[in-house]
Amino acid sequence: MSRQDLRNLYQDVLVDHSHERHGYGLLEDPTAESHGINRSCGDEITLHIRAGDGVIESVGWTGHGCAISQASASMLSDIVAGLTRDECTRCLDRFRSMLQSRGKDDGDEELLGDAVALSGVSLYPPRINCAMLAWTALEDGLTRIDA
Amino acid sequence: MPLDIDRIRAQFPALRRRVNDHPLVYLDSAATSQKPSVVLDAERTFLEQHNAAVHRGAHTLAAEATELFESSRERLARFLGAAPEEIVWTAGATAALNLLAYSFSNASRGRGGEPAERFRLGPGDELVVTELEHHANLIPWQELAARTGATLRPIGVDDAGRLRMDEAVEVIGEHTRVLAFAHVSNVLGAINPVAELVALARRFGALVVLDACQSAPHLSLDLKALDVDFAVLSGHKMLGPLGIGVLYGRRELLDAMPPFLTGGSMITSVMMERAEYLPSPARFEAGTQPVSQAIGLAAAVDFLDELGMEQVHERDAELGQALVTGLTAIPGIRVLGPAPGEPRVGLAGFIVDGVHSHDVGQFLDELGIAVRVGHHCAEPLHRRLGLAASTRASTSVYTTDAEVAAFLDGVGRIRAFFRA
Repeated sequence: MSRQDLRNLYQDVLVDHSHERHGYGLLEDPTAESHGINRSCGDEITLHIRAGDGVIESVGWTGHGCAISQASASMLSDIVAGLTRDECTRCLDRFRSMLQSRGKDDGDEELLGDAVALSGVSLYPPRINCAMLAWTALEDGLTRIDA
Repeated sequence: MPLDIDRIRAQFPALRRRVNDHPLVYLDSAATSQKPSVVLDAERTFLEQHNAAVHRGAHTLAAEATELFESSRERLARFLGAAPEEIVWTAGATAALNLLAYSFSNASRGRGGEPAERFRLGPGDELVVTELEHHANLIPWQELAARTGATLRPIGVDDAGRLRMDEAVEVIGEHTRVLAFAHVSNVLGAINPVAELVALARRFGALVVLDACQSAPHLSLDLKALDVDFAVLSGHKMLGPLGIGVLYGRRELLDAMPPFLTGGSMITSVMMERAEYLPSPARFEAGTQPVSQAIGLAAAVDFLDELGMEQVHERDAELGQALVTGLTAIPGIRVLGPAPGEPRVGLAGFIVDGVHSHDVGQFLDELGIAVRVGHHCAEPLHRRLGLAASTRASTSVYTTDAEVAAFLDGVGRIRAFFRA
């Protein structure tokens, strides 16, 4: 992949998610709450996780940010519902290594679903934190659930 | 005579760059300007021919370095309508503002003796700033208030970002000891009413500190005529090198202030238990100084004066109007600050409806256009205007009409790209 076209960064599915924002809104009885902030721009996210019997039932979030951070949070909430904490951690590790790959890793669609559309971010290092915002909040929240 | 932009551009090597297969359109000069060859050459010549420690040593190079360093100070003094003793070199405007705040803080602890009494602060005293300040002209005063027990009070802005002069009249009063404000807002491009604010402060004997970072590159500055007590400016925003700034202070004030940074080169005599200090400016220039940077900054003001600050200002105002008029005509764009036709420098902050400023900046970068995104170190102003962030385009003497047109064309295509 190369930086030839800005659409490699802002793929259509990313722009879709940035508008649709799946999972937007906080949960009524969360098991864990976490908060993330991107210090370089002030973008913020509050993320709720509801978990039971070792499984993530759902994720809800609020906040504001760029198209990349909003799409990333939206994709995350699609992916992690129904996963165990260990499966979540695997997704997270895979997602992070995709973003740090400098264009060498297109991501694992089976594991990451629509979030492979964020693979283009790896060619824009200043934007990696935008894509990671929701995921680092998830990582923090996972430390506070029993599983 | 209007500026010959092509001739000017030929003297800025960085402007020959291409970015993402487009010629660079550099519209981030308010963050840091590009530098002409004469500035780079002045620094290089110093380092290759005259490099030595200033104000010490009897050898030829040391004498030459001292001569160049001090003549650069004289050059800046002439540019600002000040005396050389009133020009203190600093690492930048942030360092200059912290120098003031820490000197006042030291005076508040009794340092500086009787002459420094007028800088002493305590409970009941008030420091006044505005809601549109850059963090560099806010946080040093917050910290000074916290250290001394003084109170920090802001003058608010209205929904359009205009300074509330009705509020200024209320806030500035008998308890006001320091009034610190920006000459030109780094987000809005608006020029604040210096004379009216100074008149209010004078009525109560408050010290006036002017942040001239965003005015010095654009306007002809006469600090004596502006009648401020202190002013700070940043070299790298006015075609000069990084790592150099100026603190201007009225001589009788600087000579009465206790030092902030202490050490070599700022003393008259040193005993084991105490020391006597030189008068200004040496009192505030402890340790090794940014000599090549000062010489580079003097070359930058030579460059500006050769163009003529009146011509620079005229061109800058024209570019400011081109930005605001062009942006206002684009559907879904909201320009911050003064409306078209109202005075502003060559700087425009704006919001693209439905698109975050980082995405705006990314889209423009793809076209080789460099703008600033985020809160521009003015978080309280953004909060007051109900914004998390904005995008800012800012010009300099090398900005062309074609660049402004390319920028406006790019901005016009953003909302469709993001389906906003």
